[in-house]
Amino acid sequence: MSPKVAIGAVSLLSAVVVLAGCGSSGNKSGTGSSSGADARGPITFVTGKDNSGLMPHLADAWNKDHANEKVTIKQQSDQADQQLSDLEQHFQAKDPGYDVVTVDVVWTAEFAAKGWVVPLEGKYALPTDKLLGPTVKAATYNGKLYAAPYASDGGLLYYRKDLVSKAPTTWDEMIADCQGKTSTTITGPKPACYAGQFAKYEGLTVNAAEAINSAGGQIVKDDGKTPNVETPEATAGLNFLVNGFKQGYIPKEALGFQETQSLNAFQAGQLMFMRNWPYADAILAGTGSKVAGKFDIAPLPGPKGVGASSLGGHSVAISSYSKYKATALDFLKFVESDAVQSYNLTQGSNAPVLTSLYTDQALVAKFPYLPVLQKSIENAVPRPVTPFYPAVTEAIETNVYAAIQGTTSVDSALKSLQAAIQSATAG
Amino acid sequence: MTLAEPAAESTATAPPATPGTKRNKIKTGEGRLAWMLVAPTIALLGLIVGYPIVKAIYNSFLSDNQKLNPTTGLLEPAGAWTGLTNYKHWLLQQCPSGAGKTITCPTGTLGSQFWGSISVTVGFTVVTVLLETVIGMIFALMMNRAFRGRALVRAAILIPWAIPTAVTAKLWQVVFDPQGVLNKLLGTHYAWTSEKWPARSAIVIADVWKTTPFIALLILAGLQGISADIYESAKVDGANAWQRFVKITLPLVKPALAVAVIFRTLDVLRMYDLPKILTGGANGTTTVSVLVVNQLHSGVYSASALSTITFIFIFAIALGMVKLFNANIVGTPGKGGK
Repeated sequence: MSPKVAIGAVSLLSAVVVLAGCGSSGNKSGTGSSSGADARGPITFVTGKDNSGLMPHLADAWNKDHANEKVTIKQQSDQADQQLSDLEQHFQAKDPGYDVVTVDVVWTAEFAAKGWVVPLEGKYALPTDKLLGPTVKAATYNGKLYAAPYASDGGLLYYRKDLVSKAPTTWDEMIADCQGKTSTTITGPKPACYAGQFAKYEGLTVNAAEAINSAGGQIVKDDGKTPNVETPEATAGLNFLVNGFKQGYIPKEALGFQETQSLNAFQAGQLMFMRNWPYADAILAGTGSKVAGKFDIAPLPGPKGVGASSLGGHSVAISSYSKYKATALDFLKFVESDAVQSYNLTQGSNAPVLTSLYTDQALVAKFPYLPVLQKSIENAVPRPVTPFYPAVTEAIETNVYAAIQGTTSVDSALKSLQAAIQSATAG
Repeated sequence: MTLAEPAAESTATAPPATPGTKRNKIKTGEGRLAWMLVAPTIALLGLIVGYPIVKAIYNSFLSDNQKLNPTTGLLEPAGAWTGLTNYKHWLLQQCPSGAGKTITCPTGTLGSQFWGSISVTVGFTVVTVLLETVIGMIFALMMNRAFRGRALVRAAILIPWAIPTAVTAKLWQVVFDPQGVLNKLLGTHYAWTSEKWPARSAIVIADVWKTTPFIALLILAGLQGISADIYESAKVDGANAWQRFVKITLPLVKPALAVAVIFRTLDVLRMYDLPKILTGGANGTTTVSVLVVNQLHSGVYSASALSTITFIFIFAIALGMVKLFNANIVGTPGKGGK
């Protein structure tokens, strides 16, 4: 009998332990008292994985002068969709532990519309006069600024200066430059003409939005929900890509290109023109590159002059559930200071958001692409600013991909794109 | 959980013991002790398995519909009771068109990809499980033979199974790259992952490469339980190799084979990582699991409905397969033993 009793007691005990364990994890909140615009205290900065090692310096620089308001850096994964899921979960749980968060430009509208981030007005007003216009526009939703631009990015045209005398400024010029000098595949004896990122992923939305915006179109109207793609402008923009695959000035391999694959092709001398982000510059000029010294950069071409790049980059926003919003606001101003912005450029090649840095002689000497990048960003257009962005970008990717694969016509692709966005934002 | 049962049962009943005698042995006191011992486990399972399932099913009846206030630009909170709307959305392809009306889901919405993803998933399941079973059987027969270098062959066959799926996917991405290994070897210029059928076959090839060892291993375990005496007496009776395989090996290895097939079928029905990494779900490779995760970002309640549908779908198939194989699993050892 006695062993049985002992076993019973053990099992009971283990059940109690399990239950107790569950109970204690539930109540984490309940500390902290005052919140609001004047509250100060230690904060947490949540940001994507710090691949270039900028964060220790950032934290040290801030903590030196803020002994009582120290910042803790929390790094997320380096995948954008995982970062988004992580933020969504913590906001839904109203987690006060996420004070300041890094926001990809395309998430701004969703976070703002759901009330997760604090509008930067009134007590939270943030000066924006020193910043590049489009970066501010991308952080603005419904007429209010919701985030502080932190790092920008714009598309650039990389071209082979040994093969063409000067950079094309229009699509037609670019196509003409390719006549007779290129083949229709990246494995031919001659390089292919042009490639961007045309695999079915977020990069395709970036490239398609660039083509449509360059042609004067607009995918979603300013209200953030009405689609506007059944227009001659959008048709002209999409035609540039679709004709590229049809006529061969875009190689069919590009249907599988993300940033890396297009970069590899250009680096191996298999492309005459490539659309990519500024980060490619250092790699193409580095050792092991077949095109080192043979390429240059220019703003993206459009139908009639400089095209409209899609805006990349990140902003920094204050969580509505933060307890120390005054400290958070100071931190926002801090990350936009000259010191942080130029450190991020020199150490991490992050495109700055301060206009002045693009004309800084010392920086331009080190990063010769800065003036071209400034031109690209100044002409940049944010991707559709809408709280329904995930559904909108899915609609763009699917329909544009079908069109460039040639499985559907441009007109019917745009027609179902219009319907899909309409349905996704119908609410 | 139901899956483990046939496996456990088959080993438990391998020496022909009848369930009746077993039950008689259990006295009421021992039965109560048994219950007390498993109670914490059951409570814990209820908490970490039961609660999420019930919560997900409840969520699937709520609405993601969020009105956008035109002046403030703020979304009104979602979560109103909406009955079967989410299920109608997926199963009947009803997408909102504004003002409470619905239309057939236009191309480019996630709703329109539902039936496609179901057939893609089922297609992957049938093809990969078939290939894996046939190749796995061949591997197992090879590994079961005694020959020089057998240890080496066994290790070589098992390596793919030891590699994490995400790594496998990245590995095959390099192989299937337009400028990758495969095109160099074949001398072709195929864009493997950016056309429908090549992309699908790429996933099938990668999956078969990775999980054939799993099936081979389970079959091998079954093979090793077959006594050599049976083969010898069959040989003496004049049975040729094919007859020995069909009349002895197959029936005796059936229980192990059934478990392997059920496990793999359920695994493939939930396939997510390979298509996600290899093709991103593009070019007709969106499986149901990929669709669920894509939907998460644009509406968690609708995603709950989709996962409930997936859950029921896979559960029904699992139940069907267990029923189908169960008779064999229990029956075979009895017949084989006598």
